[in-house]
Amino acid sequence: MQAAEHDAVFTSAEEQEKWLADAMALVQHHAFYMHRALDANNIRDVLKFSAQMLSELRTSKLSPQKYYELYMRTFDELRQLEVFFREEGKRGRLNADIYELVQHAGNILPRLYLLCTVGSVYIKSKEAPAKDVLKDLVEMSRGVQHPIRGLFLRSYLSQISRDKLPDIGSPYEGEGGSVMDAVEFVLQNFTEMNKLWVRMQHQGLVRDKEKREKERSELRDLVGKNLHVLSQLEGVDLEMYREVVLPRVLEQVVNCKDELAQYYLMDCIIQVFPDDFHLQTLETLLGACPQLQPTVDIKTVMSQLMERLSKYVAASPDVLQEFLQVEAFSKFSHSVVEVIDAQPDMPLVGAVSLHVSLLTFVLRVHADRLDYIDQVLGACVKKLEGKGKVKDSKATKQLVALLSAPLEKYKDVVVVLKLSNYARVMEHLDYETNKVMTVVLIQSILSNSTMISAPDKVDALFELLKELIQDSEGQPLLDMVDEEDFQEEQNLVARLVHMLVNDDPEQMFLILTTARKHFVQGGPRRLQYTLPPLIFTALKLVHSLQAQDLPEEGEGSGSVSLKKVFQFLHQMVEALAMVPAAELSLRLYLQCAEAAGDCGLEPVAYEFFTQAFVLYEEEVSDSKAQVTALQLIIGTLQRTRVFGVENRDTLTHKATGYSAKLLKKPDQCRAVYICSHLFWVEDGGTIDGERVLLCLKRALRIAHAAQQMSSATRGTSGPMTLFVEILNKYLYHFEKGNPQVTSSVIQGLLELIVTDMQSEATTHDLEVDAFLASTVRYIQFQKQKGDSIAEQYASIEVQ
Amino acid sequence: MRGVVNSGAAERTRAPSQQQQQRLTRSIHTFFPLSPRTTVVSSLSAAEEERPDLASTSLPPAFEIRLCAAGVVLFNFLIGAFGPPCTVSIDFADAETRKQASVKKENGQTVLVPLFLGQESVVGEVRIDPVPGKKVEHTGVKIELLGQIELYFDRGSFYDFTSLVRELDVPGEILERKTYPFEFSTVEMQYESYNGVNVRLRYVLKVTISRSYATNIVEYKDFWVRNFSPLPEINNSIKMEVGIEDCLHIEFEYSKSKYHLKDVIIGKIYFLLVRIKIKHMELEIRRRESTGSGPNTYNESETLAKYEIMDGAPVRGESIPIRLFLSPYDLTPTYRNINNKFSVKYYLNLVLVDEEDRRYFKQQEITMYRVE
Repeated sequence: MQAAEHDAVFTSAEEQEKWLADAMALVQHHAFYMHRALDANNIRDVLKFSAQMLSELRTSKLSPQKYYELYMRTFDELRQLEVFFREEGKRGRLNADIYELVQHAGNILPRLYLLCTVGSVYIKSKEAPAKDVLKDLVEMSRGVQHPIRGLFLRSYLSQISRDKLPDIGSPYEGEGGSVMDAVEFVLQNFTEMNKLWVRMQHQGLVRDKEKREKERSELRDLVGKNLHVLSQLEGVDLEMYREVVLPRVLEQVVNCKDELAQYYLMDCIIQVFPDDFHLQTLETLLGACPQLQPTVDIKTVMSQLMERLSKYVAASPDVLQEFLQVEAFSKFSHSVVEVIDAQPDMPLVGAVSLHVSLLTFVLRVHADRLDYIDQVLGACVKKLEGKGKVKDSKATKQLVALLSAPLEKYKDVVVVLKLSNYARVMEHLDYETNKVMTVVLIQSILSNSTMISAPDKVDALFELLKELIQDSEGQPLLDMVDEEDFQEEQNLVARLVHMLVNDDPEQMFLILTTARKHFVQGGPRRLQYTLPPLIFTALKLVHSLQAQDLPEEGEGSGSVSLKKVFQFLHQMVEALAMVPAAELSLRLYLQCAEAAGDCGLEPVAYEFFTQAFVLYEEEVSDSKAQVTALQLIIGTLQRTRVFGVENRDTLTHKATGYSAKLLKKPDQCRAVYICSHLFWVEDGGTIDGERVLLCLKRALRIAHAAQQMSSATRGTSGPMTLFVEILNKYLYHFEKGNPQVTSSVIQGLLELIVTDMQSEATTHDLEVDAFLASTVRYIQFQKQKGDSIAEQYASIEVQ
Repeated sequence: MRGVVNSGAAERTRAPSQQQQQRLTRSIHTFFPLSPRTTVVSSLSAAEEERPDLASTSLPPAFEIRLCAAGVVLFNFLIGAFGPPCTVSIDFADAETRKQASVKKENGQTVLVPLFLGQESVVGEVRIDPVPGKKVEHTGVKIELLGQIELYFDRGSFYDFTSLVRELDVPGEILERKTYPFEFSTVEMQYESYNGVNVRLRYVLKVTISRSYATNIVEYKDFWVRNFSPLPEINNSIKMEVGIEDCLHIEFEYSKSKYHLKDVIIGKIYFLLVRIKIKHMELEIRRRESTGSGPNTYNESETLAKYEIMDGAPVRGESIPIRLFLSPYDLTPTYRNINNKFSVKYYLNLVLVDEEDRRYFKQQEITMYRVE
């Protein structure tokens, strides 16, 4: 019966089992005699044995869980005792007398259990006001200061009083007291229970601390139940909650200075009370947060609150007005800052995730308020200030979440670009993550086909994408970068360029300038990916300008002229040429030249051609590349009709000259016969039959030379491919009506080919045979058509 | 189950030993290692076994009458030659209706005794029944009302503080039953009857049949006296701050300093400083009986009640309520210097026990009084 000498010595499970079994047996034993006394209506014995039974609860040996089992066992017995007391009352004994009688018990714990039991009957009988009995019970329970025993006793009190509180609409209201008394009672019991619960951690040995905290955690619902009871009270309306309940509960939460309790209770408050209460008392509730212990996981608590409230809005959108009225957002954001300040030890991840929660809240509740979002980001930046790149991987994750949230919500980068602090947050990401984030950004743009049409947005966007566009501090050595990854990233940037669209040329030009400004900082490796799309976009701009028929010379600053665009283009291609990416820039020069030609800007086109030729001379050394480049040059030149005679001659001359200087004879030959087109440009171009023929003849000569070289080195002549090809060129010009290309010349060439083909020294090639055959077939076909061309062809004899 | 400790289990004051006990001193600076206590626990459990009634019910009266119960006549007749020649009985006039007091005797048995108040008249009659065939010669019959104080240590000597005599008969012979009415009107019985450890105060009627040759025939009849006190005019609360420096500092308050016998002690203990691990706290009611005077004073203390008021260790700022009903305990009013022979005083002893079973206590006298 005596209280254990050593308080709360928790030992092995077996010992616990044994102690529990012993205690249970004793309870059973005493309960047996109690039942006999109950049957005999012997109140004296009933009290005696019930007190003995309850004395088993005085043990200090049991762990909370075992103690709970014991408590439940005696709880059942007390129910019967309650019935007995009720019947005693019916038999004429005054409840007040029984109430006094049980207080004669010498030991406090049994005494108080009995008192509570009688008290419950006493209230029910209405022989005394419920409030008085309740107040007495909750006061007297102070006598039990042992944490576990006190907790369970008060839990019992809470249990038996639940349906007897003088709540509004309860039969105990009125004379029994008001709802205020009920609230007061529950609050007091709650406060005391929490104190006991918090004190539990100081019981016993230091080395058992961890285990003890775990056990303590198991008991938390005993404390939390009080809050639940409060929330169930009909009489607790918003005003009561705001004026009495919440301040008192929070006072206790803050003052208990216990991590476990504070976390649990805050959570409990958020969960048990209705949403609109929270909304209306946000300031008070949040005001408590910074006052909690620095180790409390306050971010989870606040996140839950925000989540609850945002769900509330989602469920009933008409409460949004209230949110605005109480300035929910500013209260939250204010509180987030305060909490972070109050918890200097909070890891970065905590601070960031708090902001994530806040942002989520804003996105759900105030989706239209970009300024709020920006504020959140700004606050986060402020926290990160001076921290440089965030190294902590968890914090990084949260940052990514923070940055992704608005993207996911709006599916529109343009919105994000309005957030001035977005980029500043991104700056704190480490290199890799930042890159990942930028890729996410771009992909969002691409997949949502977001068009970006304002220069400042473009600027902002590229500011965001810095890591992709430029070299930065944290980036690994270029050699270490996976080439494929790099390409992929840069391709994304390239694709992004095409999303920059504005119908107003001026704006568009500004966009392009802005883009270039960013791209040129990217270094040679990136330029080859990023500039071409930009160039092509600029060319598109040229086309649209052309269509609008703007004056050639832009007057005044700011207005866009073709000239400006071409200057811009020129600069870009030049930059690209410096990379060096000769072949690419050569192509682009040509592209630009053609465009310039189309716009009738001769000097510009000429300049571009010049640049192309310079590149060809200086940079293109590979023979195959030379061939391709030359073909491109010739093709472009042929199509560009803007040149006057002089310029044109210079250029064509240059082109033919280069053709003849190619390394391989067949290449020479082909280049030369292609050059023939340069001198026969219909629709207002040059028509110079002589020079055409000259080219063709020269091609033939080269073909011959090639044949000879072949037979000299290998013993056999090469295939007649070149000749057939030249024949086709002849036919082309013949058809075009070049007076220099006569049927006899064709006839001669045809015969030459046929003869050579039959010669033994010539290597036979099926393809060439087929080529020739189809050429011949073509001639025959033309002969039979019976129109003017057929007449032309008539003079050509085919075997 | 009440934590009542009866006299048998009461601890006596003994020489100090090393067992730690500390008196909570007012000055805070010092504490006194005091007399040890036989283990608290054993006395507690002893109490539980005896388990006095919660609601005291009447026990069969084992009423002792020295002479003259009707059934004893035959016995007397057989030994008549040597026994007294008559039976004497003393009866109160209102024996049927008079209240009775239940009194515990030395052997532990409880008996019921007629109860009188201080200024009441003691009225009744004495009946003398001679043994048939015998006559009683006497030199006079008288009845005395005596108030006596008996000190046990003083070889059982009596001090009569009250003595009243009524002559019932002139010298003569009694041949047959004879009754004498008597009356002591408005007797001054200022002291209450009391059965203590070392002292007894009793009221008795004594009938003496004086005889010239044979020994006098004497018959006694005990009765019990209680006096109601007026309600005290001043009844201050007891409030005090006590402690041991840097260790324990409490403030206690009892609502009153004077209590009637069925009163309730209401109070609270406020913990100002707690640096020791307290296991529990209890309130004891102690009775101290002082007998004799000067160097021959004997003190006897007994604990009449042990009432646990706190379980577990409080922290600073905690306030523990006290509510102790006095009715279950066998208390008397406080007696101060009764006829210069003895005093009975009551104390409330607040005891705190720490985890090493050290006891810290503070004792406060309370005055008990009886009301109607």
